[in-house]
Amino acid sequence: AAGSDPVGPCGRRAYAPPAERKRFYQNVSISQGEGGFEINLDHRKLKTPQAKLFTVPSEALAIAVATEWDSQKDTIKFYTMHLTTLCNTALDNPTQRNKTQLIRAAVKFLETDTVCYRVEEPPALAELQRNEWDPVVAWVEKRYNVTIGSSTSILGPNIPASTKETFISHLASYNMWALQGIEFVITQLKSLILSMSLIDRHITVEKAVLLSRLEEEYQIRRWGNVEWAHDYDLCELRARTAAGTLFVHLCSESSTVKHKLLQD
Amino acid sequence: MAALGAPLRTLRALLRELRRAAGGSYRDSPAYRHVLAAFRAHRVTSEKLCRAQQELHFQAATYLCLLRSVREHEALHREYHGRGERSPQEVAGLVGFRLPQQPGGKG
Repeated sequence: AAGSDPVGPCGRRAYAPPAERKRFYQNVSISQGEGGFEINLDHRKLKTPQAKLFTVPSEALAIAVATEWDSQKDTIKFYTMHLTTLCNTALDNPTQRNKTQLIRAAVKFLETDTVCYRVEEPPALAELQRNEWDPVVAWVEKRYNVTIGSSTSILGPNIPASTKETFISHLASYNMWALQGIEFVITQLKSLILSMSLIDRHITVEKAVLLSRLEEEYQIRRWGNVEWAHDYDLCELRARTAAGTLFVHLCSESSTVKHKLLQD
Repeated sequence: MAALGAPLRTLRALLRELRRAAGGSYRDSPAYRHVLAAFRAHRVTSEKLCRAQQELHFQAATYLCLLRSVREHEALHREYHGRGERSPQEVAGLVGFRLPQQPGGKG
C-alpha cells in the first residue's frame, strides 16, 4: 500500500523511533486537556512519533503510561513501554487502517488460529492439545453460539461464514482504540480464540500465553529450558499480551472514557 | 471468570511491583494512589458476587503481570543480551593469550 514503510534518509523506516535514549526529564505528571488526559515530562507535553499531542481517553491509562515513563532510569528503553506504544499506534494509526479493516484482519486470524491447528504426532502432544485447547474452544463456541472445531489437516479448520459474521459484529461493538488493542493481542497470541477468552476474562494473561506456547512448553519439558531464549521470549510475550489486554479494558470502560476522542 | 486467587494477594504483589518501578517516592506516585483508591472504593474482599470487583481484580492481576514481565524481561536482557562485544584484549584472554605490544602501533 502506498505510504506504508517509507524509508527515511538514513535508511531506517520512518515510523521506527530509536531503541534507547537518555532520560531527559525529572518529573512525570498527568494533566487533563480538551481531548483527554495528557502526559507531561517536566514542562513538555508528550507527543506521538508523528508529532501529534499525546492524549488518552482514560485517566487510569494515562496513569499507567506516566508510570512507564517514570520507571525509566538512566536510559529510556522504548521497547519496554508497551502501553505508550499502543497509545501511539491508536493516535497515529501508522498502518492507516479503518475499523472495518482492523476487524477483518482480526477475524481472518481464525482461519489459522493456533488452537484449531492440531498435530497427530507425537501422541503425547496431540493429547495435551486436546486436554488444554478443547475446553477453551468449547467455551468460546458456547459463549458466542458459534461452531469452530479443530483440524489436523494442513489446510486448517473450515470456519463457517456465520461464525465469522458473529465475530465481526461482536468486534464492531468495540471502539477504535480498543480494536487496535484486540488486534495487537491476536497477533501476539496467534489466536483469535485465546484472545477473546482473555478479553472476556475467562482466562488470565499467564494462562493465555501458556496455551499459545503449548508446543514450546511441551518441548521445553522434554528437552530442557534455555533461559536466555525460552524465558526471554516468555516474558516478552507476557508483557505485550498483558499490555494489550489492559489497554483494551481501559479503553472500553464507559464510565472513565471520553467518548469524543474515540469516535471513528 | 478466570481463577485469580485472593484479591489481597494480587494487591500486595501489585504494590510491590509499583514500589520497585518507582524507586524512592513510590507512595506519592499516581499509580500507587490510584490502585489503593480503586481497591478501597470497591473494597475487594473474598466476596465473589460483585462483578465490578471481579473486573477490578482481573485488571489488577493483568497490570501486575505487565509490570512483573517487563521487569523480568529487562533482567534477562541485561544478563544475556546486554553486554555487547568483547574487546580484542578480552577475546585474547579467553584462550590465554595477550595481545602483542607494538611500540609504533600496528603496521
